[in-house]
Amino acid sequence: MLQAGGSLLVLALMLPVIGILLIMSLDARHTGKIALALMPAGLAVALAIAARVWTTQAGLEYFIGGWAPPLGVALRADGISAVMLVTTSVVIGAAGLFARAEFRQPDNQPEARAPLMFWLLLLGIWAGLNAVFLGGDLFNLYVALEMLTFAAVPLVCLSGKAETLAAALRYLLFALLGSALYLLGAVLLFGAYGTLDIALLAARIAAQANMASPVWPLALWVALALMTVGLLAKTALFPLHLWLPPAHSGAPAAASAVLSALVVKASFFLIVRLWFGMLPGLTPWLGAQLLAALGAAAILFGSVLALRQARLKLLVAYSTVAQIGYLFFVFPLAANPAASTASAALAWTGGWMQLVSHALAKAAMFMAAGLIAETLGHDRIAGLGGVARVVPITVIAFALAGASLMGLPPSGGFVAKLLLLSAAVSQGLWFWAVVMLLGGLLAGGYLFRVLSPALGPLPAGWTPAARIPRDRQAVALVLALGAVLLGFAPLKSYDLLQFGRPAIAGAVTR
Amino acid sequence: MSAALILDACLVLLVLAVAVWTIAARETFPAIAGFVSYGLLLAIVWVRLSSVDVALTEAAIGGGATGVLLLGAAARLTDRAGRRPAGIGLRIMAGALCLAITAALAFVILTLPDPAPTLAPQAVAGLPATGVGNPITAVLVAYRGIDTLLEKIVLLLAVIGVWCLTPDDSWGALPAPWGTARQDDAIVLLARLLAPVGVVVGVYIVWVGADDPGGAFQGGTILAAMWLLVMMAGLIAPLPATSRRLRRVLVAGPALFLAVAFAGFAMSGDFLSYPPAYAKWLIKLIEAALTLSIAAMVGVLVIGPAVRKR
Repeated sequence: MLQAGGSLLVLALMLPVIGILLIMSLDARHTGKIALALMPAGLAVALAIAARVWTTQAGLEYFIGGWAPPLGVALRADGISAVMLVTTSVVIGAAGLFARAEFRQPDNQPEARAPLMFWLLLLGIWAGLNAVFLGGDLFNLYVALEMLTFAAVPLVCLSGKAETLAAALRYLLFALLGSALYLLGAVLLFGAYGTLDIALLAARIAAQANMASPVWPLALWVALALMTVGLLAKTALFPLHLWLPPAHSGAPAAASAVLSALVVKASFFLIVRLWFGMLPGLTPWLGAQLLAALGAAAILFGSVLALRQARLKLLVAYSTVAQIGYLFFVFPLAANPAASTASAALAWTGGWMQLVSHALAKAAMFMAAGLIAETLGHDRIAGLGGVARVVPITVIAFALAGASLMGLPPSGGFVAKLLLLSAAVSQGLWFWAVVMLLGGLLAGGYLFRVLSPALGPLPAGWTPAARIPRDRQAVALVLALGAVLLGFAPLKSYDLLQFGRPAIAGAVTR
Repeated sequence: MSAALILDACLVLLVLAVAVWTIAARETFPAIAGFVSYGLLLAIVWVRLSSVDVALTEAAIGGGATGVLLLGAAARLTDRAGRRPAGIGLRIMAGALCLAITAALAFVILTLPDPAPTLAPQAVAGLPATGVGNPITAVLVAYRGIDTLLEKIVLLLAVIGVWCLTPDDSWGALPAPWGTARQDDAIVLLARLLAPVGVVVGVYIVWVGADDPGGAFQGGTILAAMWLLVMMAGLIAPLPATSRRLRRVLVAGPALFLAVAFAGFAMSGDFLSYPPAYAKWLIKLIEAALTLSIAAMVGVLVIGPAVRKR
């Protein structure tokens, strides 16, 4: 069923690639302009895809080259792909605007390294993300993950400082280990089922499950385990989070925003594709509970460590470790065999709401932290005194983003946590609800540590290390406002997340 | 016991022995030598499994390019003071984890359906629409062309990642230690004799790739090796990262591939589809451009970034 909108999917995938090729072949002074010109175009394509999914209430599908799977490769966009595509183009666009002044090629001088690298890698991340959200084929998705890895790792060490090089190397090792495990799993699945297409795999696995005597090939579960662990390493779920804090805090602010808001979510998205898309109604219950337990540990561990950090950017990075944990409550809550369809749908919506609101809030927060560090010349939390008087817009952005992370009403983070919480309570899984509440409390604690001195008086004789232009502060503020306003999204719009999604609750066997 | 079985058994034992040697080697250089031999032995294993295309790639990348990269890395690891071996506990844990994964994989592979499900008949059945005779080329450039295209972007990002390591004040400088020609008669002679032959072999492997084993990746790697050899001999200078010429060669392949892919919308209705009448020639054109770009990418990856002069 090739739909007319299919070519939109190709365009979404290829726009950033075209940008990379143009920047590489044209003169350096065009670098930033090419990237920035593509960003509204990419947003328009993403919105067009979302509009089509919304009006048709089904997924879009495109067989590349007209070759149908299993021989060819399919691109697919369902509701969650559409939401992720739009979120991605918003955050990438904001990062581009935020970085415009910082990564400008100098006029009438030889080409500089950092601006060229930054824009190429930013487009590389964008291409990789779109490929992950649109991919329907496990090997194509492997290539997408590799694009992400090879674009994200160099961004971490863009400054070239020794400690960022060490952080990038550690990130690379975790990411490559994850890729290898993912690839092993994909190979096993191909050996067992003769296809790499997720929809065909789902059909063949379901056919086995519905036979009079269901067959459960061992290869399926070993493959699922390998791929999940590999993707968890890339998502930085506790205890595989060790690489994240130094990497995300060492990158330039615009890059940290993209890495924390989007890149770690891409591998989470793939875990959901595997657990829900490839195994519709067959999600293993014990495994789902184990993922949630790791998520709970991430929330508590990440938040406590965030409370103990001495540097602002590290605090924000540890907050990402914690906030990623919430996402994993989707697995038991949306796949609970005992849950009603309504309760499972609540959890599903809550999980994606958490993802999008955290993406906006964390991007805003990293940008704000970067601006605070620029104006002070350091990012020691002990030395934040009075910074709200110097860059008030930035501190407001930080506070609004923090409100969403804590789950204060009426923010998007509040709605997300409320949905997950009520799903947990209604399904009798109250212990996950307790962890969510504790996580909110701890988030309040670590944000208070920043905001309390920031709102205090300036030390006498203080001079700024750099003047921060209003427009860069405005980018952070708009993203933070977006995270808050998400809480006002009309209930009807949540339906988008359900379109094209396989039935998830009900027929769980294990 | 047939001769083939004895040969295979010896090959398996040899592969395992070289693998253990590579892990157990205490010094960097012997470990690299082991790794290169391991890659070449694996290539022979692929030949025994009748996967000549994979064998060529394994020999070129696993044995060749990776070996040169590792040697280059080892040469830069001169400062021994900062290196300390991992503790025994960590090593035991890593070993146990690897063993567990290997055992699980080995066990699971025995449970896979036999005969294995295959797409080979479909890949062969689709060949007339592509005009090529090698089904692997059809998979790489037609059925799953999108993977090949995006992999080239991955390679390009890897090149960018390596360039990214250049210190700011050395941007545009020549990569070291290639910046100075080495006066060594043996390597100069080798470069003069081998490079022309190697270039012909590389081009031949790409040309026959349409119908027989071979293709852009294998041929491109051979061309890259020849480029590196001539540079090592000091006969030509390497190109700095700022070179327009180098950058255009790097993007030529992916850009042409992408252009043809988009033209597919107009010519035959789909992205990355080929009109049957021109399919073979378009695929050859794409392969030729990809070969040049791959050669440049592999070459740049091996040369590495410019390093600040001390």
